[in-house]
Amino acid sequence: MAKHKTPMLDQLETGPWPSFVSDIKREAESRAKNEKGVEYQIPQDVCEDLLGLLELSFKHGRTHWKHGGIVGVFGYGGGVIGRYCDQPENFKGVAHFHTLRVSQPAGKFYSTEFLKQICNLWELRGSGITNMHGSTGDIILLGTTTPQLEEIFYELTHNLNQDLGGSGSNLRTPSDCIGQARCEYACYDTQALCHHLTNEYQDELHRPAFPYKFKFKFDGCPNCCVASIARADISFIGTWRDDIRIDQEAVQAYVGGELKPNAGAHAGRDWGPFDIKKEVINLCPTECMKYKDGKLYINNKECTRCMHCINVMPRALRIGNDRGLSMLVGAKAPILDGAQMGSLLVPFIKAEDPYDEIKEVIEKIWDWWMEEGKNRERVGELIKRQGFQRLLEVTGIEPVPQHVKEPRSNPYIFWKEEEVEGGFTRDVNEFRKHHQR
Amino acid sequence: MAFISSGYNPKEPMKDRITDIGPRHYEEFYPPVIKNNKGKWLYHEILEPGVLMHVSETGDEVYTVRAGGARLMSVSHIREICEIADKHCGGHVRFTTRNNIEFMVDSKDKVEPLKKDLLSRKQPGGCYKFPVGGTGAGITNIVHTQGWIHCHTPATDASGPVKAAMDVLFEDFTQMRMPAHVRVSLACCLNMCGAVHCSDIAILGYHRKPPMLDHEYLDKMCEIPLAIAACPTAAIKPAKIDLPDGKKVNSVAVNNSRCMFCGNCYTMCPAMPLADDVGDGIVLMVGGKVSNRISAPKFSKVVVAFIPNEPPRWPKTTDTIKKIVEAYAGDARKYERVGEWAERIGWERFFEKCGLEFTHHLIDDFRDPAYFTWRQTTNFKF
Repeated sequence: MAKHKTPMLDQLETGPWPSFVSDIKREAESRAKNEKGVEYQIPQDVCEDLLGLLELSFKHGRTHWKHGGIVGVFGYGGGVIGRYCDQPENFKGVAHFHTLRVSQPAGKFYSTEFLKQICNLWELRGSGITNMHGSTGDIILLGTTTPQLEEIFYELTHNLNQDLGGSGSNLRTPSDCIGQARCEYACYDTQALCHHLTNEYQDELHRPAFPYKFKFKFDGCPNCCVASIARADISFIGTWRDDIRIDQEAVQAYVGGELKPNAGAHAGRDWGPFDIKKEVINLCPTECMKYKDGKLYINNKECTRCMHCINVMPRALRIGNDRGLSMLVGAKAPILDGAQMGSLLVPFIKAEDPYDEIKEVIEKIWDWWMEEGKNRERVGELIKRQGFQRLLEVTGIEPVPQHVKEPRSNPYIFWKEEEVEGGFTRDVNEFRKHHQR
Repeated sequence: MAFISSGYNPKEPMKDRITDIGPRHYEEFYPPVIKNNKGKWLYHEILEPGVLMHVSETGDEVYTVRAGGARLMSVSHIREICEIADKHCGGHVRFTTRNNIEFMVDSKDKVEPLKKDLLSRKQPGGCYKFPVGGTGAGITNIVHTQGWIHCHTPATDASGPVKAAMDVLFEDFTQMRMPAHVRVSLACCLNMCGAVHCSDIAILGYHRKPPMLDHEYLDKMCEIPLAIAACPTAAIKPAKIDLPDGKKVNSVAVNNSRCMFCGNCYTMCPAMPLADDVGDGIVLMVGGKVSNRISAPKFSKVVVAFIPNEPPRWPKTTDTIKKIVEAYAGDARKYERVGEWAERIGWERFFEKCGLEFTHHLIDDFRDPAYFTWRQTTNFKF
């Protein structure tokens, strides 16, 4: 018998999509029965109280969680989010309901052995409820009490060889796309770079020293499956600078209808026979392709590597061989001054271990932002406030036309004194000799 | 229940302490077929909705069956995922950025039994535990935030509206009839930890009432200068307030007409709550994308200024999304994303085709960039 009646939530137990309500109820039941004889370290009825509290939110149309308190593990300033409910008398099981962010492995591949260890730990010491995964990428363990935090951290580090992720004004846990592990479009090893930088910057990840949050995301190609360009303070997006490799026979197979365009992604509707002119050549944003006498030509110099032709004909066209990545800086969601997309800073850089050149750019940006950034100012906002030129200055990167969509349409150039012959100091009396007052 | 020590000694927190070890190394977790073929993949094909084949230059193949997941997931559910992965996939599994679960097998004959197993598992109310789909020109899983299950600032729930929306969009999770892929995302407040601002369809929780002021406690609970500095429109100023009992306290005053309801003050100061059952609800934004394919990444645009929260199933929200999806599916060209379609036909036509009302709320009036969104040409459609 359920502890709380949940008539509204119960209505989310039908329909085809997986029901989180049924799932939490399943966990509640498993804890109530406790067939394995687990010595639960937080209230056994935590899931029932979680459902009861959520039902109350559905009824009130408002959340019942308070601001996070200052909780954490010794020596870290992130990885744990304090959470308390505002109805602790009625829902004792979730009175304290802190979150732990557990740094996910790059690529989000798992062995079941590891996942089962996480499950056992979280069943014993927490609510048994997780997010697989949080928006930033971490494994999120939702709901435990303060005394359990150190115990969980100890078990994670000692038994699971596993650390916590970032929260607060830290480097947030970096995340990546599937990359070369299972994608032919990946221009660099996203997992390798993501893992390398995550470990290189553990201090920045665990101990808040930044004005605000800072995110790294790694996309293997300009398709941007992890949305780095929209949400990472530095996005690392794979690209190449030589020629798209063409297999003319496979082009013919697409034209002849033997191969399905876009890897079969449009198979759910009859779009008619594949038309290479209409679907590839004419949609190319730079008009750098032509199809003549049964052959496909690409003027690679004019190509901007948008991926469309490769996406449409993956068996005929492949990314180039001279690969690396572009670094874009300053993307963020709307809080506070409106959303920002990442702006191109480094058009091309090689992604090779130990990634020293990449780290040099990162650290120069951080030094500047930590010096000049205001409290809760994202690096993108600092760039807006002080100008893109300033970003170029602090990183020592030469301005190139690739940095802009178009040159400025106002002439209000902030000339620097050293740029103007003779400097700014002048003698007004000398001037007056030739120009009366 | 008795306290069980992990081995941690609170009297000596630094003893044997292990820190800064980072995540587990990804290579420990690769299935053999992935480990052997990393960087060698030649091409891929979507064999049917939810089933991918990747072919390597070594001749190896990997077949991926993609299943939807509620990202809010119990350990019982994860154990069931493990049971499936142990049975079919040699003990390996992965998750995608959009909260899908990917089961990989190394030969084609293993696909059908895996798929059958996944689809046979249902929850007591009949919901699929592991619906197969989410590939190609369809609608994949909704990325989302916490909402009322765990967050202190939401203006709507997350898991609830996502479940309701995915039920309505379910057929398109399991098929690929769209002109291009459609990415739906939800953020329960404009902090957007879900970063939904570049989605084909974004569901965003929004407050519409300025903060209430808990004067008696404000100075005790908050750093007043931080609360003031947190306001992007400078609508908050310090104030001395006379409490009913005659006591004078330091607090703040809010210029309500300048409030943009972002909740940033509440983040800094818990004595300024915004949440309201009537004030809070949903904003719908459309036409964003993150891919650089054909056109540059775009922000989503606000097309419905407000829909009330309607728990448990948010019918007006899901109906409106369905309407937009159907208008797009029926009118856009092959490969055209929602935003590209809207720009080609013109936003005036977008509102007409989607049957959405245009109101003054949809005209940008927030700072300089607003100007660039007004129409500065005589070219428009009647």
